[in-house]
Amino acid sequence: MMLPPILLETTAHYDELLKHVQGFIYPNELNLLWSVLIVCYPYITGLVAGAFIMASLERVFRVKSLQPTYRLSLLTSLAFLLVAPLPLLFHLGHPERCFEVMMTPHITSPMAIFGFVYAWYLMAVLLLELWFDYRKDLVEWSRTATGWRRLLYSLLTLGVRDVSLDALRFDDKIGRAITIIGIPSAFLLHGYVGFIFGSVKANPWWGTVLMPIIFIFSAMVSGIALLMFLYLVTCWLRRVSVDMACLETIGKCLLTALVVDFAVEALDWIHRLYIADESLDVLVLLASGRLIYSLFVMQIFMGMIVPGLALAGMIVYKAGVKMRQMVYFTCSLLVLIGIFAMRWNVVIGGQLFSKSLRGFTTYKLELVGQEGLLTSLILLAMPFVIVSVMIHLFLPRSEMAARPTSPAIQN
Amino acid sequence: MNVFKNATRRQALSALGRVAAGLAALFTVKHVKAAVQGAVSTPAPKGYDPTAHQWQMAIDVEKCIGCGLCAEACKKENHVPKEPGYFRTWVERYIIKKPKAGAMVMHGEVVMARGETVVDSPNGGIGGFSPSAVPKPEILKSFFVPKLCNLCRHSPCDQACPVGATFRSPDGVVLVDWKYCIGCSFCVQACPYGCRFISPVTHTAEKCTLCYHRITHGLKPACVEICPTGSRIFGDLKDLSPSNPLRKFYENRKLQTLKPHLGTEPHVFYAGLDGEVR
Repeated sequence: MMLPPILLETTAHYDELLKHVQGFIYPNELNLLWSVLIVCYPYITGLVAGAFIMASLERVFRVKSLQPTYRLSLLTSLAFLLVAPLPLLFHLGHPERCFEVMMTPHITSPMAIFGFVYAWYLMAVLLLELWFDYRKDLVEWSRTATGWRRLLYSLLTLGVRDVSLDALRFDDKIGRAITIIGIPSAFLLHGYVGFIFGSVKANPWWGTVLMPIIFIFSAMVSGIALLMFLYLVTCWLRRVSVDMACLETIGKCLLTALVVDFAVEALDWIHRLYIADESLDVLVLLASGRLIYSLFVMQIFMGMIVPGLALAGMIVYKAGVKMRQMVYFTCSLLVLIGIFAMRWNVVIGGQLFSKSLRGFTTYKLELVGQEGLLTSLILLAMPFVIVSVMIHLFLPRSEMAARPTSPAIQN
Repeated sequence: MNVFKNATRRQALSALGRVAAGLAALFTVKHVKAAVQGAVSTPAPKGYDPTAHQWQMAIDVEKCIGCGLCAEACKKENHVPKEPGYFRTWVERYIIKKPKAGAMVMHGEVVMARGETVVDSPNGGIGGFSPSAVPKPEILKSFFVPKLCNLCRHSPCDQACPVGATFRSPDGVVLVDWKYCIGCSFCVQACPYGCRFISPVTHTAEKCTLCYHRITHGLKPACVEICPTGSRIFGDLKDLSPSNPLRKFYENRKLQTLKPHLGTEPHVFYAGLDGEVR
């Protein structure tokens, strides 16, 4: 029987896919559906949550050495949050119907909760906290700045120009309260992303109760690393001297989060190996086969063990300032790549094996195209562009050293 | 803050009332919209009462000869893309090998009843199966298993859909409203049986509907119609006549479902199923 010409063209694509199938997969599993874009989604969301936790350390737990990065972490969180839904949107078969998730949510679906958690986090937590924190400065800048900047700052004051001591005290109180609400919200934001995967009982690689916890800790690891990276790069570009006390504190936080993250993921594996249910054979084959490079080399060795040892070394070994900065910088990069590999292993790895537990399919990352490498690179670069603009507009050089707080508020 | 300071109790109550009324209106609109969507988006004829039926399919594994006509008929009937990777129903071949010489005996005892299981389903079984690569003397036994949507009572796909585009109809069929589906693929991930795919034509989720456009008109699903051996048994559980093939099958055979440990409660029952089938 003759196939229509359009189908004949694509059969080569399927032949190619079929060549890479190992063992038996259900016929519908040939096409891997959640692409690199869905790898970017939990990656970016994790960076949001992690960066926010660092802000809360300063604000709620009063880790004063983190003052220079307080605003940077909030701005970072916001920049990445703005981009977070884009990979999901680009992935949808019908992006034009995306608002149905919020208009007619199906409440048994963890994905339907996305709209609400996202809106809550963006509007009730981040924007509010930033606004209260920046109110005094916005009023001041709207007086001192010129041109379009003056207009922007005036607009952002939302017409509230009261900077009396009482008002500022109120701002501070509210800001702190929002941060306190923000901590569980950040956990919710990323814990729920973990739950999207953890709730899939059909997939033994995903369907574990530890998944939200693993996601939360890996989010903290990646967020802290991102903050470290951005702080160093911003200081270097602006030729501002790095506040070493702040950097050391970030380093210690990163090490702590890294150790906990490693422990939780190790627990997951120990549990799997000990329980040894019917899925173990295929998962071991997956880890030692198709994921060997991204799991053992990228995620565990380069992303956890090497930076972990280096960070621990920084506590024991008193190196010079330049050297320490370079080590921290390298660690932050390694961790950022390692966590990306972790997301890859979860999202792509979970689709490489068949739910029949009898074989493997393959994933071919396309270069261009709606869900290709180029799209994901652009999406990953976007928050960095946004955060640079934000730093330029809202983080004057003088603030990189220490957060200005009016003495009147402190009493 | 002043608004709240100066408000009287009456004003506060009325404000609350207005909010409640707004929420109620939103709720109603949502449900009316859902009802309209439901009414227009299934291919059932006017006057079809989904509560009067309970459609089910059962599989007699021992009768399947692996001709693959069912999978082919399904693709034609439902305009399923012809490429591999898109199937509403398919047939799997299981070959269970004899245990390797030596594996049979350990410390003088027989320890292995059978050897490795080899499964395949080339192009979903369409066009039948060519002889297996496993040499005949090594084969302990082999059989075919037709697969389709398992019509789960606790369907994970339905649970996972973020917009409610997939739903379990009162007549037992799990359907997808392709005019409503956003194409997120979460349901495909959630289905433990690999029964769903994203159509490259509509970019929405697709699956077996038991040929809803046929059964609601009193016809049989295409796969049942074409099966030469009667391996697929289809009927309405609410049809109490003694000639109902489904009832007879349920009465006379020992039945099993796929992956029962997942608690999905499939409503496609298999007779003669081997434990190797997942």
